[in-house]
Amino acid sequence: MSWLVVGTVPYEGFPLVERPCSLTNGKVRLGEERLPIVRGTLGLLAAATMAAEVLGAEPPTALLAGDTGHGDGSKRVYARLVESMGTRDESLLIFHYLLPDLDWHMKILWEIEERADTPTLVADAGYMYVAKMSGSAPSYDLFTPDVGEIAFLADELAPHPFYTRGFLLQEEERVPELILRAYEHENAARFLLVKGRSDYIASAQGILTTVSEPCIEAMEPIGGTGDCLTGIVAALLAAGKVLPDAAILGARINRVIGLLARPTPAFSVSDLLPSLPEAVDRVLTE
Amino acid sequence: MKLLSQLRQALGRRPREKKGIDERGILIFQHTSEVIKAESLLRAAGLDVAVKGPPPEVRTGCDLAIEFPLVSELKVTQVLEEAHIVPIQVLPLSDLLLEPVGLYHTKDFGDFLMVRAANMKLTVDTRDFCIVNVSGGGCPDVPYLAERLIGKRLFEAPDPRTLGHTLCGYALHLAFAEIKRQCPGS
Repeated sequence: MSWLVVGTVPYEGFPLVERPCSLTNGKVRLGEERLPIVRGTLGLLAAATMAAEVLGAEPPTALLAGDTGHGDGSKRVYARLVESMGTRDESLLIFHYLLPDLDWHMKILWEIEERADTPTLVADAGYMYVAKMSGSAPSYDLFTPDVGEIAFLADELAPHPFYTRGFLLQEEERVPELILRAYEHENAARFLLVKGRSDYIASAQGILTTVSEPCIEAMEPIGGTGDCLTGIVAALLAAGKVLPDAAILGARINRVIGLLARPTPAFSVSDLLPSLPEAVDRVLTE
Repeated sequence: MKLLSQLRQALGRRPREKKGIDERGILIFQHTSEVIKAESLLRAAGLDVAVKGPPPEVRTGCDLAIEFPLVSELKVTQVLEEAHIVPIQVLPLSDLLLEPVGLYHTKDFGDFLMVRAANMKLTVDTRDFCIVNVSGGGCPDVPYLAERLIGKRLFEAPDPRTLGHTLCGYALHLAFAEIKRQCPGS
């Protein structure tokens, strides 16, 4: 299955790049470019590429540009997607760190809806925000929010997690009711994987299952663990798993990575990834 | 002078009938980064301003607006004009404004302390006040800010507000300010 990861890298002036992804000497390789494994889309790509290799799936293609928050790189990525969507053949699209922009989001969604096939759509980070803000959340197959972000999805008025209203308390124990509220207002994708002390896998039918073990407290502060999880789930989908199974397996794998890596809160995502292949093997042979 | 007249023109668009000492307005800007800069400048000038979410009809995506006391209109004009920042719109305050998240969540990991503001988390090593991690968020400046902050001590790290451009960047600034408040010796 060919699949595409769409996002940004935190480097000013980094050009628009569309290349198959591989890993070389601890770096993400895209054509001639070699980029460090840091939190964000590069972390997602590294985890996705590594997991795809273990699973025997095709590596992802990356569509990226440099963006440090001005939105210029995001716009170049958006424009490329709109102009090329009619001729693309990826059946799995992963949208990640992009500056939320309603107009571009809708143009892309309309182009996807024009396609004869129906690609699986996964949205995380900024693109999940704009997907919800646009009222198009049900068009997506999977969102991967954390606790703060599920409160945002549950708030039918909030345009960004920054404005989530205070009565929607962002507490772990409130996650089940926040999930219900997100579906009630049609602000959730077909499936949700809510990352937290316990991971919740849910659909409009309710909470399907939770994954709570092993619980490695130090994983929470580490930037990029959510990006890795989204990358692992994407690789599982690329390997032929379906939802919600891919989300459940991904949540387990990510937790076993934490168990194997024995992290402190000062770890980086690149410290965790060497444990990924063993974690995938362990979970898939359970 | 052109900037000044643009500012005055923008400020002149709002209805004036009900203006009173407590009346407030909002400044809408083209880019979130302008809001962040304008807020810093207006605060430094002693103005009572607050960052809020704009009403839906003027929202484009990752938006912020500045609420300000209309009584301070002239000072706002002067401060922004000096910085060459021009709002694209000035609106009277309405109850459509959204309140930013006001609660902080703190988690103690022993030698490490994590503070979450909205969707952003910042973690420091309490032994040397070194920033060890930035997590959460989804706007493109988050990985960039993480690269700039991680490895620096709280007292020497740049305030994310001076480097960020988005709501996530602003939320990280709030977490940064709160963790500095909780680590007074840093």
